[in-house]
Amino acid sequence: MKYIEEFRNGEFAKALSQEIAENVEPDRHYQFMEFCGGHTHTIHRYGIPNLLPKNVEMIHGPGCPVCVLPMARIDKAIALASFSNVILCSYGDMLRVPGTGQKSLLKAKTAGADVRMIYSVDDAHKIAQENPQKEVVFFAIGFETTTPPTAFAIQQAKKLGLSNFSVFCNHVLTPVAMDSLLQTKEVNLDGFVGPAHVSIVIGSKPYETVSKKYHKPIVISGFEPLDVLHSILMLIQQINENRCEVEIQYTRAVNRLGNLISQQVMTEVLELRESFEWRGLGFIPHSALQIKAIYAEFDAEKRFELPETIGEEHKQCICGSVLRGVKKPMECKLFAKVCTPENPLGSCMVSSEGACAAVYAYGRVNAL
Amino acid sequence: MTEAVAIKKLSGPKLNFKNGTIDLAHGSGGRAMAQLIDQLFLVAFNNEWLNQKNDQAAFSVSSGRMVIATDAHVISPLFFPGGDIGSLSVHGTINDIAMSGAKPLYLSASFILEEGFPLADLQKLVTSMAHAAKQANVAIITGDTKVVERGKGDGVFITTTGIGMVPEGVHISGNQAKPGDHVIVSGYVGDHGVAIMSHRNNLQFQTTIQSDTASLHDLVACMIHAAPNIHCLRDPTRGGLATTLNEFALQSQVGFMIDERKIPIRTEVASACELLGLDALYVANEGKCVAICDPSDTEKLLAAMMSHPLGLHADVIGEVIEDHRHFVQLKTKIGGMRIVDWLAGEQLPRIC
Repeated sequence: MKYIEEFRNGEFAKALSQEIAENVEPDRHYQFMEFCGGHTHTIHRYGIPNLLPKNVEMIHGPGCPVCVLPMARIDKAIALASFSNVILCSYGDMLRVPGTGQKSLLKAKTAGADVRMIYSVDDAHKIAQENPQKEVVFFAIGFETTTPPTAFAIQQAKKLGLSNFSVFCNHVLTPVAMDSLLQTKEVNLDGFVGPAHVSIVIGSKPYETVSKKYHKPIVISGFEPLDVLHSILMLIQQINENRCEVEIQYTRAVNRLGNLISQQVMTEVLELRESFEWRGLGFIPHSALQIKAIYAEFDAEKRFELPETIGEEHKQCICGSVLRGVKKPMECKLFAKVCTPENPLGSCMVSSEGACAAVYAYGRVNAL
Repeated sequence: MTEAVAIKKLSGPKLNFKNGTIDLAHGSGGRAMAQLIDQLFLVAFNNEWLNQKNDQAAFSVSSGRMVIATDAHVISPLFFPGGDIGSLSVHGTINDIAMSGAKPLYLSASFILEEGFPLADLQKLVTSMAHAAKQANVAIITGDTKVVERGKGDGVFITTTGIGMVPEGVHISGNQAKPGDHVIVSGYVGDHGVAIMSHRNNLQFQTTIQSDTASLHDLVACMIHAAPNIHCLRDPTRGGLATTLNEFALQSQVGFMIDERKIPIRTEVASACELLGLDALYVANEGKCVAICDPSDTEKLLAAMMSHPLGLHADVIGEVIEDHRHFVQLKTKIGGMRIVDWLAGEQLPRIC
């Protein structure tokens, strides 16, 4: 098993597609949200909508860490990068996300700021070790998937006495966001294709509360096209049988309790924020993490005097509604006309996990 | 044939190719530069035109259609599995010439060297260039050398320009794809880009993948011999197969329907792309071509390609369709449909 090609097998896809068609009740409309941007991309990259019956509709969710970060936080990162003694290390996707007034980290870099694109927080450590006279700040973003490495990097920095390293922490939490989304009742959902990588870390248990509270089935799905098709089938079967469970399709990686060591590292270093702003979802209580006081020296928000930022979105950008699943990318007046991956006006067009980027890159042929 | 021209060398000490480095004097126009040319470039490229030591090379050509192409090479790293900036700078321009169906004749080369660059490395690169040119039977007949201060370059940049002659009756151009035409790719895509990525300083990973860098004019000559009426031909370098198809779609005002299962991609390349979050369709090649031809030519063209060492894995990957939006559509492995868009931003900087 190589765990890649096997999950992209055309014959199995055809069989799953047929099984889905046989299982759907013809008079019923099924509306599922794929929470993760990774799933949105799989759906469009492999043309999954063509393999689903007309009455099965997929709606993208807010699970794109780059997309949900509000402009105010991006503005803060740009301010950080602009300090003369700072090297700001960031994952590639973040560089092009527009902040207020269409500024971005990439533009700050062009103007002379030292912004480095890195693949892992380890690289930020290395840069800190190689540049002892500089302040190296890691722009930490992401759901629970990328949180343990950040927490571990902070622990390591303390152990190594890496006094010029700090973290601008923007880690957010998945189940809380699901709850907040369902609370608004803006979108009529029959169930969720649940996060893959996030669930490797936290397990499937944390979704049980939200599933029960709102009576929505959740199937934790792998990122390959067969995983997604299989999960959709499992959701349809749950609905038809009037079940409401948190099921794991992605059994090769996810279990109910998750990765306990990762969870422990997270708990040691990070704690819940009282409230955190999400693009599209607004301020959600206890939805994000901050660095604990015992590690305050590694907290960029405490280490630097950051300006107060508000974040002004482009007036016509509907990223917020897209992230809540209320609107589809094509419904945006700016989509593909003014807002393109080359000239993104909203975050959903930038990220490799953004819904607008997925539809733009792969899905326009079905939609136009 | 012109008579062989003996090199009139400037007397003086030998350059230290073991431990020496480039300094600003090597680009000054003075004795140091003359010595570098004498002892390195003339020795390596050794041909009747260059050996005359003029600021230009004069040559006669027969009448007909000529092509000219130029290509700057800024690749990082300079040495990579399967090649180096030297061989690449020869292959790159020869391939641009060859994609018109032309037989490449002569090359010129311009070097921008950074102060402090090791002469040993320069000698390696120049020798590799000479080897690539010799293999391709194309002479590098004129050139230029400049040196920039330390920190103002990145070792060496090489720009080559080439000229070639198009055989009579051959009219290949990117605007000639017609609905119903077949699309053929000459072999595995993505090898070059992945080989480069595996050797980037900040991203070293183990792979057996070698760059596919090669001169394609001999393959093209075989192809034209088999099917003189090829409509379009291009080497999918930066931006990969996806970019070439999008360029053709726009130039010819058509669309494409490609079958993902038919695109030859090595497992190692697919795995590396998976790991790095890249799409192999956008990854650069330096020894592959995409041909578009009338379906009546497909069989003989494919047979000709597959009988050449550089076209062993050639395959028909799709066809040209009518589409006023000029989309490149892909039938995915699982039977879905999607578009293959223009590359957004930069996937891999400094790939050639």
